Amino acid sequence: MNRVLRSAVFFLLIALLWQGIAMSERLSSYLLPSPLSVVRYLYGAVVDLSLFAAAWVTLKRLVLGYAIGLLFGLPLGLLTAEFRLCRDTIGLLALGLQTLPSICWVPLALLWFGQTESAMLFVVIMGSLWSVLIATQTGVQTMPPIYVRAARTMGSKGLHTWLKVILPASLPFLVSGMKQGWAFAWRSLMAAEIYVTILTGFGLGQLLHYGRELHAMDQVIGVMLVIVLIGLLADRLFFSPWERFLYRRWGATG
Amino acid sequence: MTTRLQEELTNVPPVKLSVQGVSKSFRVKGACVQALRNVTIRVDEGEYVCLVGKSGCGKSTLLNLIAALDRPDAGEILVDGSPVTQPGRDRMVMFQETALFPWLDVLGNVLFGLKLKPNLTKKDRLEVASFYLDMVGLKSFTHANIHELSGGMKQRVALARALAPNPRVLLMDEPFGALDALTREKLYVDIQNIWLKRRKTILFVTHNVREAVCLGDRVILMAPEPGRVIEEFDIDLERPRDINSVALAEHATRITRVLKERPREQEVDE
Repeated sequence: MNRVLRSAVFFLLIALLWQGIAMSERLSSYLLPSPLSVVRYLYGAVVDLSLFAAAWVTLKRLVLGYAIGLLFGLPLGLLTAEFRLCRDTIGLLALGLQTLPSICWVPLALLWFGQTESAMLFVVIMGSLWSVLIATQTGVQTMPPIYVRAARTMGSKGLHTWLKVILPASLPFLVSGMKQGWAFAWRSLMAAEIYVTILTGFGLGQLLHYGRELHAMDQVIGVMLVIVLIGLLADRLFFSPWERFLYRRWGATG
Repeated sequence: MTTRLQEELTNVPPVKLSVQGVSKSFRVKGACVQALRNVTIRVDEGEYVCLVGKSGCGKSTLLNLIAALDRPDAGEILVDGSPVTQPGRDRMVMFQETALFPWLDVLGNVLFGLKLKPNLTKKDRLEVASFYLDMVGLKSFTHANIHELSGGMKQRVALARALAPNPRVLLMDEPFGALDALTREKLYVDIQNIWLKRRKTILFVTHNVREAVCLGDRVILMAPEPGRVIEEFDIDLERPRDINSVALAEHATRITRVLKERPREQEVDE
């Protein structure tokens, strides 16, 4: 309780300081909208549902792209860990492309897919796929080989070994890789949405972009807050349970 | 009494495990290291045999070959007269504590092998698992996580996991190597009791002569470079044995002396 209180006081102080500076009118409300006006914008956007509509479009892109990234990243990571040929080819490609911020794919994606959802998905996939792949590969490669040997003596082989031994044994790496993949996907999607307008859907990034166009800084900051909130929620809902599980099972090292 | 007559009067148990002229080499940094050269041993049904030797004498390699985790270059390994081709639940290996699966709890580890055994219902498996957890004295730790256990408790889980699929042969690879002396002594008592109850055929690898004398019906001495069997000792002490007893120490001293007469094998713990 004490900790919650401390955090609450801290953020309240920031809000008060912000409100104070805004009210002193040394900065124009264009440069620094007051927190109250941001809250007012958020309230309006919630009431007319425009915020939910934009968040829905963004999350749909993110979740779908991320899921495809996982769907390909996990098995490819297993392959690159297992076969030297895959490691020297796909593995090397992944290592290279992982260093490329996936926003760099936007020009090509627009050329290839046009102003469609596919272009957005492509950027998200490129953001998450490679880090998931590399984390999977690292996890499998650093797993103590004695686990597989022990499993073999108990009659495990083939697919059973992959699913019941190798994957769970690499879980600490997988979770951190998936988390990193999520973060990359989220960042690249925001960048892409601010950067290009896609006519098939109006996401949070575009909402932020139009806030800028309309000089509505309360909208810009409001959307920024929502983006932070979604990031935090995703962490709490999807990753914290896994991390708690790892901590409980593996102990402090997990 | 002639040896012939003695043979006629003893009850000869069937041969369970037979290693015949087995050799195995590994490539280490381009050089060829012969881990085993022409090794022949025999273990009878229900016998407790200890393999002793300094590190590098190939005793763990031999265990892996019997478990079929590796294949010999030459020679043959027979269980009940038929050659070993792949790992099987008839020969379970108890590894050092690091082989337990950290992503499963204690029960999950014991169930792992049982789930791979056909013709068992879920209820059967749970019953079998709790039977063996009870036997190793860990019933109240059924749902504990592996990292929460002490070294000795981890080894008990490993033992329960190896016993659970009900193998006839138990292969143990220095299972108590990483434990402190007091914990080890407790486990010596327990494992002897379990062996007396279940009468498994056990092949036990260790570098500790006293431990081997305490546990084994027979102690097989191995030497490195290349790995080979140099001598065998029968240990005819009453069970359960106390590792601190004088009689046991005398046996151990006798074996250690044989080791020390060989100038290069002095690094074995007494």
